[in-house]
Amino acid sequence: MSEQDYLKDISEIKNLMNKSSRFISLSGWAGIFAGVYALIGAAVAYYIVMSSGRDYLILDGYVFRLILLDLALIAILSVGTAIFITTRRAKSDGVKFWDETTRKLLMSFLVPLVTGGIYILIILKQQKYGQTGALMLIFYGLALVNAAKHTFSNIKYLGYIEIALGLICALYPGYGFWLWVVGFGVMHIIYGAMMLANEKKQ
Amino acid sequence: MGIIENINKVFDHRIRLGIMSILMVNDEADFNRLKELLEVTDGNLASHIKALEKEAYILIEKQFIGKKPNTRYSATKLGKAAFKKHINALEQLIMNKGLK
Repeated sequence: MSEQDYLKDISEIKNLMNKSSRFISLSGWAGIFAGVYALIGAAVAYYIVMSSGRDYLILDGYVFRLILLDLALIAILSVGTAIFITTRRAKSDGVKFWDETTRKLLMSFLVPLVTGGIYILIILKQQKYGQTGALMLIFYGLALVNAAKHTFSNIKYLGYIEIALGLICALYPGYGFWLWVVGFGVMHIIYGAMMLANEKKQ
Repeated sequence: MGIIENINKVFDHRIRLGIMSILMVNDEADFNRLKELLEVTDGNLASHIKALEKEAYILIEKQFIGKKPNTRYSATKLGKAAFKKHINALEQLIMNKGLK
């Protein structure tokens, strides 16, 4: 074997290790869109609460239900856009969208996230809503850190930042809204833009 | 030092090298998953799996999912150690040649 063959072997090994264990068809655009939806959703929520006559949110049926709908729309639009962009990219890269790697990625992402979501609903039922923003940030951050081993590993840094913001939010619940805006809006746009810059480089 | 001695003849083939690469980073993989990733035919893959099994580098586990037979493969400790040694040897060879 020549030097060229050894080099080819090494790159083949690396390629297969990545292909078989990491899902890499995610695009920075998915992050940017998620961030933009979050910012728009936050502005809508701000407007709803302000025009309700109070400057804080309570569980008084109507306004609260509007906010929940707003949150659900943000989540559905973000996930929908991510799936759309990702399947398109996977197709153009010639890789399968649904395989063992995608399954592992989704499972490791969803277990902390769904746990957090159910937990938040339970404590909302018990009228404890001061920590909602903090819990959303913390569980989302944990989900990202957990999923990082099955996709771009740098996504864990986004997860650490979300967890840190969540803990700050737990200490200062009064700033919950703004920390949520930073965590779900601004951070997604920054991370998405960094990913895009990386994609362009390659 | 015999770097050449550390180059493992068993891994001197694209498909066997590929199978081991996949099993190094995944706890286990089934036949179809390997086939899909390596883009090879059934017969070709089966013969290389047999070669690796003979060296006790991989473990074969047969089971049934419903009525369908399902075979799962995983790397043994021996296989992982042998593969690491092989990669180190490859890297050393490349580095040594680069210096000259």
